[in-house]
This record gives sequence, C-alpha cells and structure tokens, in this order.
Amino acid sequence: MYTNRKYYEPYISPFDPCKPIRMKSYSTPPNLYLGFQPPGLEQFSPREALKSGTLWKVFYDPYEKNKEG
Amino acid sequence: MWVYEKKLQYPVKVSTCNPMLAKFLIEQYGGADGELAAALRYLNQRYTIPDKVVGLLTDIGTEEFAHLEMIATMIYKLTKDATSDQMKEAGLGAHYANHDRALFYQNAAGVPWTASYIAAKGDPIADLYEDIAAEEKARATYQWIIDLSDDPDLNDSLAFLREREIVHSQRFREAVEILKEERDKKKFY
Repeated sequence: MYTNRKYYEPYISPFDPCKPIRMKSYSTPPNLYLGFQPPGLEQFSPREALKSGTLWKVFYDPYEKNKEG
Repeated sequence: MWVYEKKLQYPVKVSTCNPMLAKFLIEQYGGADGELAAALRYLNQRYTIPDKVVGLLTDIGTEEFAHLEMIATMIYKLTKDATSDQMKEAGLGAHYANHDRALFYQNAAGVPWTASYIAAKGDPIADLYEDIAAEEKARATYQWIIDLSDDPDLNDSLAFLREREIVHSQRFREAVEILKEERDKKKFY
C-alpha cells in the first residue's frame, strides 16, 4: 500500500550531544509512482480542485506538519 | 577517512600539444557540473540522507575525486610546457596573467567555482533528483569536450569518464527506488 511519507531509523551514536531523534521521515509524493499519467483518472469537483491545487485525485498529497521537528 | 592510492583510476594520455584543450577541460575541473562540484555535493548531502543510501553517496563522491585528479592531470600535461605566447594563443592569456600555469577551480569562461553550484535541500528525493540531473549534465559536458577535441588518447580517457557518469546516474536512480519502497513503513504518532 502506498504511503506519502517513509520512515527510517538513523544511526544513533552513544556520544550524541543532544537527545536523539530515533525516527526520521521524508516525503514521497504520489507523482513519484505514477509515471506517465494514464487517461480517465478520477477528478475532483471544480470547487475541490481549486482548493487542492490539482484536478486529479491521484496527485493530491496533503502535507502534514512534520512532528519530529 | 580516506585511503589514498597513488595512481589514477584510469590512465591519462595526451598525445597532441594543444593547450587550448586545457581551457575546455577546466569546465570539468571547476565548473558547475564539474568533478569538484560533484564530489562536494555528494559528500555533503550524505549526512542527512537515509542510512540505506549514505554508502552510495560516499562511494560516488569519493570516485568523483578520482575523476578530478584525472582532469587535473590532463590540464597539467597540456599546459606545463606551454610558453606564455602559446598560452595566449590557446585563449589562456587571462589565465596566465592571473595564475601562470597553476590550475584553478574555475569554469571554461574563467568564472571561479562557487558553493552555489551544489545543492543540499535535505529532502532525500529532491537531493537525489539533483544528483541524477548533475550526472546527466556532466555526461553532456564530456560529450561537448570530446566534440571539441581531436586528440584520440585524451578522448579515450574522456569516454571512460562519460561512461562513469552514466553508471552514477543509474545508481542514483536505484537509490530513489530504494527510498520509494514501503518496507520501512512505520507507526504514526
């Protein structure tokens, strides 16, 4: 199943000066996976499209504030 | 740390005395898509990239320094025995005025290298796409220099370096595929 954010555990040194962030993440927006856009994909309504920045539901990628800092 | 091997990654032979080629080769020495920019770009980005691809950036960044040495060797061979008049004829009069025959990190037009040539966005996808683009631009630069050069031995070394850009681009593309995989999918807060 596709997720728009991936997580990884970076190496933590026993001598790190600050409290380690044990889980880091990065964004993988949907366009990374689609290739050439196929015809006939599902669309937003005009009103929703204007608000979300795309006509196409498959490209919509709500960016959540990254809580780990 | 690094272990140094006192030899070139691939032999460099220059068979014709044509200092003007040095002026073109400088593009790969201190240009925006040159080997110095490549090495520093990857070795700097690797700190903030997911652990799975740190090693790739270290390896490729290190290899770029090996390429930098090859380019330096080519430029040095082409200019070390050039008189000031020959430097002038080769379009290197301004270079001679400033640097004698010393190498300098600048592009073919004499613009000094700057850190703004290298990007580090911190977003792994953005940085790897930057790296792929950099490899393709370096490959193109090698093509244009080979087009300008009629030295078959020099072109042999340049063809080797162009091929390495292709392989690096491929490995960076594979790194993107690794980062796209879901295997590390983790909890939500």
